[in-house]
Amino acid sequence: MQKEIYLDNSATTRQYDDVTALMADTAANKYGNPSSLHTKGMEAEKLVSSARKQIADSLGAEPKEIYFTSGGTESNNLAVRGYLEANPRKGKHIVTTKIEHPSVMEVYRRHEEQGYRVDYIGVDEKGLIDLQELRDSLSAETSLISFIFVNNETGTIQQLDKIAALRDELSPQAVIHADAVQTYGKIRVLPGKSGIGLMSLSSHKIHGPKGVGALYVSRSVRIKPLFYGGGQEALIRSGTENVPGIAGFGLAAKMTFEKLEANYAKVGNLKKRFIEMLAGSGIDYRVNSPEDASPYVINISFANVRAEVLLHHLEQKGIFVSTGSACSSHKNTRSHVLTAMGVPAALTDGAIRFSLSGFNTQEEIEQTVDALKEIIPVIDINRRYKRRQ
Amino acid sequence: MDKVILVRYGEIILKGLNRPVFEEKLMSNIKKSLYGLGKADIKRSQARIYIEPQEDSFDYTEAIARLVKVFGIVSLSIARKLPSDFEDIKKRSLELAREHVASFVKKDKAGTIAFKVEAKRGDKHFPMQSPEISAELGGYLLENIPVLKVDVHHPDFIFYVEVRESSYIYCDIIPSNGGLPTGTNGKGVLLLSGGIDSPVAGWMMAKRGMELEAVHFYSYPYTSERAKDKVIELAKILSRYCYRIKLHIVPFTEIQLEINDKCPEDHLTIIIRRVMMKIAERIAVKSGALALITGESLGQVASQTLHSLAVTNAVCEMPVFRPLIGMDKNEVIDIARRIDTFETSILPYEDCCTVFVAKHPKTRPKLGEVEKYEEALQIEEMMEKAINDTETIFVTE
Repeated sequence: MQKEIYLDNSATTRQYDDVTALMADTAANKYGNPSSLHTKGMEAEKLVSSARKQIADSLGAEPKEIYFTSGGTESNNLAVRGYLEANPRKGKHIVTTKIEHPSVMEVYRRHEEQGYRVDYIGVDEKGLIDLQELRDSLSAETSLISFIFVNNETGTIQQLDKIAALRDELSPQAVIHADAVQTYGKIRVLPGKSGIGLMSLSSHKIHGPKGVGALYVSRSVRIKPLFYGGGQEALIRSGTENVPGIAGFGLAAKMTFEKLEANYAKVGNLKKRFIEMLAGSGIDYRVNSPEDASPYVINISFANVRAEVLLHHLEQKGIFVSTGSACSSHKNTRSHVLTAMGVPAALTDGAIRFSLSGFNTQEEIEQTVDALKEIIPVIDINRRYKRRQ
Repeated sequence: MDKVILVRYGEIILKGLNRPVFEEKLMSNIKKSLYGLGKADIKRSQARIYIEPQEDSFDYTEAIARLVKVFGIVSLSIARKLPSDFEDIKKRSLELAREHVASFVKKDKAGTIAFKVEAKRGDKHFPMQSPEISAELGGYLLENIPVLKVDVHHPDFIFYVEVRESSYIYCDIIPSNGGLPTGTNGKGVLLLSGGIDSPVAGWMMAKRGMELEAVHFYSYPYTSERAKDKVIELAKILSRYCYRIKLHIVPFTEIQLEINDKCPEDHLTIIIRRVMMKIAERIAVKSGALALITGESLGQVASQTLHSLAVTNAVCEMPVFRPLIGMDKNEVIDIARRIDTFETSILPYEDCCTVFVAKHPKTRPKLGEVEKYEEALQIEEMMEKAINDTETIFVTE
């Protein structure tokens, strides 16, 4: 079988083998319900609280500030909707950006219908929030400032310190929500020390299982639940806990954070190597990710190429990538993130996202560039003219 | 079992000496469609087919759902079968009418339900004439079910009685698609793209009794593997109407690239279509099919203008049927929704037509010019190779 080169880690990652083993053991042997009063229940409860401690430790937070959810989308919904419902008198103004993930974008659209004023702040060519526009937007009416910390399509890292400073100056009552799904496990963030009130996390982006995530809620922030029922997760998230998933998430967090700095440096070198090789390849391309972005996401447009065609050709060689972001690639629409960054339409059509993980190697990156060199002349939409010359 | 399904068929009755051929085929198609629902006798008598289930577990709802897709059937009824004796008919009709009235939603302000009785006497030995049966039975039901009133012009429901060797009573007539039994009109090869039109075109020809095979041109890795899954899914939906479809998936990438590289941009689509028709025709000949079927509709896109169709058609010797030729897109969509292909057709995967397209394709191509451009191509071998490498799948639900 052909060797797989998996470069779609922003969509999801390969689970750690140790995590898979732990989950299998949990499902097979520690199958109790954490709410049960007997020892079988206590055994499961211990797994959940140990995972909660692992996540809390990774954020320098208290275990009671961590609420387990079903993943990034639920965490984002719980953060925004749960917070706004619990704090109706803080103001009817929300500030967000034009480059959000659909799981928050759609929530804001709903709140606009319900009478909230929502400002979508624009970004510059690097994808960074326009701080002047943000300054003009913030007021005593602002209740929530919500932004995607590391962008899933380009890897752009927002300037949290500057955003938090503007908040402190102009809207001290407002809470900051950071969608940290692509940040967590890659960049160390201590939400308690950096002014974040709410932060969304997902397990399957850090080699943990799918269907699990968490929301960090600062002690000083109050939220209401989305679901009502048995009152699990301190009344905030009813429903029997996904014990194997939560245990797997905890272990994945622990393993990822142990190697966080080492992996960041390694992936940084891979990105550097990738761009260097492209520069010498003769391929006509444009790197859409800024230089100082998270190296885990490399967004590149190839001129005169249809991204989906390139994707399928790479797939034939066992190389897996995404066009834009995996969630929106079925909608046949141009990437709203690249459009907001001012990338010309002709180039967004040929945009491919290579997203890396600590599992990737230099050899894989080199093979990928070799494959691009081979494929791109074949699928160039102007190939017939070029051949005739 | 006294609960039977009455099957009416339309234009087959008008056939002369061939009529039994059509009837036999229809009966065998009905038998196939009911497979797995339980034992049932299927009989034919006086231009009717009677399905008489022999097991209590027989699933009538599923049976009707399948039978309305069998071409050749005009309508269906679930009827009670009873001996042709008027006292019996009265007694059982009262039971059935009570049941029907109880499940009836629509009532007028006074809470009454209007009805009439329609009787047909097939057995002329029966002592009462049709109008007499209607009047007697109507009166009897009216007396015994207080919410009923008679309205022969605008009834809320009609109570049907058919007196033949046995008698049949029922209240509902379920319409079906008509047409002719699949397999009574030879075999055609459908060019199935994955869009909205081609499945509808195939369905319309199958409705006229044609057995279908389908050809799909597959341009992986210029299109997604999902595009192929989508076409298989469409063939599967069509197979509900004609039991089984032989689907040929032709690898087309190499040919498409050759055309793309060597022919002028504004002629790409028309030349691709001509090559597709040629390949489809060769596959059709191999399969013993006598016609090609396409979803073209006059003027819909540049390759479907009359000039383009004439140039495309020039490569084929066998007849090419284009049942949608005179239809508007909305009319096609209506049928696609009705036959359940629409939702699948609109899934957004690139198909082979959308990858290499010119911004301004020629709308009035000339045959001589097109043939001249084609001289640059060396695709004879490629076509043979594509046909040899074709993957054939039997698709059935």
